[in-house]
Amino acid sequence: MATSRDDFVIAFRSAFLKKKDKQKFSLISLIFLSILILILSSLNFKMIKIIKSGINEIIYRTSYIISIPENKIKNINNQLKTHFKIYYDYQNLESELRSLKQKKLTNDFLKLENEKLRKLMNEGINSNEIVAKVLIDRESPFLKSIILNKGSREKVKIGMAILDGIYLVGKIIEVNYTNSRALLLSDINSKIPVILQPLDIQAIASGVGKEHGNIQFSKEEYKESFKTNEVIVYTSGLGGLFKPGLPVGKIFKDDINKVYYFSDFSQLDYVKINSYNFVGNN
Amino acid sequence: MSSLNKYSILNIIFSYLPIIILFISVFNEFDFNFLKIEYFSFNFIHILIFYWTLKNPNYLGYFSIFIAGIVNDVVISIPMGISSFCYLLICTSTAYLRNITLTPNFIKDWFSFLFIILIINSIQVLILDLLFLIEINYFKYFVNTTFTFILYPIFLVLFNYLNQKIPFTTYD
Repeated sequence: MATSRDDFVIAFRSAFLKKKDKQKFSLISLIFLSILILILSSLNFKMIKIIKSGINEIIYRTSYIISIPENKIKNINNQLKTHFKIYYDYQNLESELRSLKQKKLTNDFLKLENEKLRKLMNEGINSNEIVAKVLIDRESPFLKSIILNKGSREKVKIGMAILDGIYLVGKIIEVNYTNSRALLLSDINSKIPVILQPLDIQAIASGVGKEHGNIQFSKEEYKESFKTNEVIVYTSGLGGLFKPGLPVGKIFKDDINKVYYFSDFSQLDYVKINSYNFVGNN
Repeated sequence: MSSLNKYSILNIIFSYLPIIILFISVFNEFDFNFLKIEYFSFNFIHILIFYWTLKNPNYLGYFSIFIAGIVNDVVISIPMGISSFCYLLICTSTAYLRNITLTPNFIKDWFSFLFIILIINSIQVLILDLLFLIEINYFKYFVNTTFTFILYPIFLVLFNYLNQKIPFTTYD
């Protein structure tokens, strides 16, 4: 028991006091020094404050210098991140720009077409517009038509175009004094001259008694020229009944013989009755 | 040939590497004690001092450790002398372990390390909290101590490799 205590004391003394081969200071002296510094640093003497600030100054500057490589690495890392972000943003912007350019081309075309149509309207077409309420739109297996609350009293005439917003939905086929009947484009008897854009092909849109109509055309290479996913059907203005450029419906590439009308004929509430006077051209 | 090998630049660099690592650790802004990861931090300096003062004390002087402690206190802004005191207590423990150990054993060393860092951190907490009235997050100290203990074997492997690279020199 006494031997083991002696061993402990010897080992402890050796650990504290014996200076190793390369150690210039003994542990016990350094521990006492650190305790002394700890006590002194807690005191607010002026001399200690000056020494402390001097040590701080040296250590802060040294720390700043030693941290330079680390900060450089951090900066490089940040710059790399920024570069990758810029590259990613650039790719996105490029793709967005490409898409916008395409849209701009389409818009330019529409703008030109609109200007052309406006010019055409101002110069050659005067239109009169009457807003009418749909009184009856009862489904009939024989006739796809609607009854409107405007008639000859409001100068409604046979052949006037019926619009739902900007979309063509039919034409007046019967006029009474206070009401009138309009034949919808979906009716089997409806046949209107249309133009397919951007293919620039003249055709006839005819009703089949369903939600979609048929496209009748004479151009043989119609199928080959169908390159876009969808084609817009506008009135061509031929025949002098409707003004050109009224949107009718869409044709999809999957089924190029069907025209899907823009307007839902079962949901008509108010429509516009339009008449066009072709001034100068006729 | 032997003298050429002895004084080669690489050998000199290797022999100073523990001190260089120690001072870079205390001077640098990056600190494993204050990682921006919640519930993860460890005291690399404790591992470094424990290993080198236990296995090869010739390459990590007590005075260097004392100065490193002072620098650490200034950099992390705690009262000057605490870290030095704690680091030197590790040195005392390792010196004692060296004196009583005939055949080194990893498990014994590892659990001795746990015991030592628990005592060191307790002393540090006591000094900071009770004497200097600095608010201490006990949980962070617990997490730090746990990870320091867990990560010791990894650094042991790394330092063992480095220790083998350092040329064997005797000063008798």
